[in-house]
Amino acid sequence: MTDMYIQTDLSDLPDERGYFGEFGGRFVPETIIPALDELEAAYAEAMADPAFHRELSHLQRTYTGRPTPISYARRLSEALGGARIYLKREDLAHTGAHKINNALGQGLLAKRMGKRRIIAETGAGQHGVGTATAMALLGLECHVYMGTVDIRRQQPNVFRMKLLGAEVIPVTSGSRTLKDAINEAMRDWVTNVETTFYLLGSALGPHPYPKMVRDFQSVIGAEAREQIQTLTGQLPEACIACVGGGSNAIGLFHAFRDDENTELIGVEAGGRGIESSEHAARFADLDISRPGILHGTRSFVMQNEDGQIMKTHSVSAGLDYPSVGPEHAHLRQLERAYYTMATDEEALEAFQVLSKMEGIIPALESAHAVAEAIKRAPTMPRDSVLLVNLSGRGDKDLDTVIGLLDD
Amino acid sequence: MTRHQHGTAAIEAMFARAKTEKRAAFLPYFCIGYPDLRESLRAIEAAAALGVDGFEIGMPFSDPIADGPTIQAATQIALDNGTTVRQCLAAVRTLREKGIHQPMLMMGYANPLVAYGADRFVRDARAAGADGLIVPDLPPEEAALFADSCAREGMALIFFLAPTSNDERIALATANATGFIYVVSLTGITGARKDLPIYLTDYIARLRAKTDMPLVLGFGISTPEHARQLRRLTDGFIVASALIRAWERGFDNMHALTGEIFAAIRDN
Repeated sequence: MTDMYIQTDLSDLPDERGYFGEFGGRFVPETIIPALDELEAAYAEAMADPAFHRELSHLQRTYTGRPTPISYARRLSEALGGARIYLKREDLAHTGAHKINNALGQGLLAKRMGKRRIIAETGAGQHGVGTATAMALLGLECHVYMGTVDIRRQQPNVFRMKLLGAEVIPVTSGSRTLKDAINEAMRDWVTNVETTFYLLGSALGPHPYPKMVRDFQSVIGAEAREQIQTLTGQLPEACIACVGGGSNAIGLFHAFRDDENTELIGVEAGGRGIESSEHAARFADLDISRPGILHGTRSFVMQNEDGQIMKTHSVSAGLDYPSVGPEHAHLRQLERAYYTMATDEEALEAFQVLSKMEGIIPALESAHAVAEAIKRAPTMPRDSVLLVNLSGRGDKDLDTVIGLLDD
Repeated sequence: MTRHQHGTAAIEAMFARAKTEKRAAFLPYFCIGYPDLRESLRAIEAAAALGVDGFEIGMPFSDPIADGPTIQAATQIALDNGTTVRQCLAAVRTLREKGIHQPMLMMGYANPLVAYGADRFVRDARAAGADGLIVPDLPPEEAALFADSCAREGMALIFFLAPTSNDERIALATANATGFIYVVSLTGITGARKDLPIYLTDYIARLRAKTDMPLVLGFGISTPEHARQLRRLTDGFIVASALIRAWERGFDNMHALTGEIFAAIRDN
């Protein structure tokens, strides 16, 4: 394997204005536009510098534990009696989720830019933990915004962030979840832009974040594409990943984008079901979701008819977000990727099935992707391969799941 | 007074008039639907009767990233009261029917306007009697959404400059601007502040050297003393959070502050 895992192709999207087709762009207050320009320039410079790639690659090997393996889910596959299911084990990355890939990449960039104060938002807490970890490693100051609803349901990660030396700032505005944590982080950045690096955790927000986060997560797909061929001698029939903002999904999909026979499947949070309107399935419920502008980017946004952002629901904090990364909106429009959803109930079922049959407790987010594999595998022939991104481990979700299973 | 001019021309006339009085123009901000629809209209009528120069008419949004706690809370109350874009346009029409002649600039985040339909919004706002549009999350590079329709309707499309704006940004904003440049006083979000930034004179001078566009200062301007400091420095200024905070102690208290700020730029 090569050292140049961070994949970026300048002929690729986004265009120079940060657009993936009609999605993306930069809808933010003027105050932070110069900071986005500075970030874009510093990122381009870093990507052109082999030393940056070497440093990140070194940390990925010696700190994160990359490459993460691919596991064959033998008992699950045999029980379902169809396609063979393989799991890309991002849960085995240090801190227990794919979020560390981006946190380390942006962290190194922040250090290179001479920024000492780092802010981040977090939903499930995985990006917060990833960022707090990377900042402890790099010796930078770290402040994480987190909605109080998420603080309650992801307690272990709150303790973890504090232990790692980060300040966790509770957000009490709006729905008190990921959306509101991003609002507060953006307000902090507008105020402290000259000293502060905003380490955004998903492939969304104003340009260049959707591109930069994708590039830092593209290590997932780059590794997986080689590994699956080594293990099975073939490319997968489909790649499956959960989609909140969509960073683990775009990280997996990117390497397969030109493999026409590999279907790319994103799984959104169906919450209590589409008919309940309590979900975060931006692509599934076109009555309340349509192209709009939130957090600096044009993408699909769950909103009422007057353009006010809707409250969302998902059992998994990491998918509980009313918009989605602009590149996903573009891939969907091109029909290059297909988006479906799994309900809370289906995700909880998949959470237990994977635990019992494979000895792997998945994050509730990742359990949505597993749920789709469970639906699909029996309909496919035995010689076909499904590649599921197991984006994180479920230890953080035990309280939530115990509470729900007791009910 | 009847309205002889509309849109960008009305805004230009507003600055010309203030200039003859050797003072900055005062544009208070009121959010439609805060504390309720009727009271927000009453506040605008009362300020208009004082003779203030123009208005920033706020349209609420659920996720106002450029706003501090005061405006966040006020606009959330407006949303809880069921305020819609359509209602905000109807409010402007009502105010015009009541004879309010001052320029009115509609201020709202991009998403509700896009949901309404960008072109349709500009057309309907103009028909209702609005003169300009302020969208805090619309930098000049994304202006295409509104630029053509604003030009067609003669509506001013306002862009921002901030202390972080470099020469390139200043050139881009001034090349695209109509009406005036909204000068953000500080690196930060909206909200009342105790003092104006110490660098203000240099900052305004730096912008003056680059453009002849009227400069309207906003963010943090809170007191009659601030207004006095700005009287000869800028072409105009906006007061928002301070009025909402004063309103917490009653309409009369808010109205009194509006009057004191306006008086502060007129006495010599």
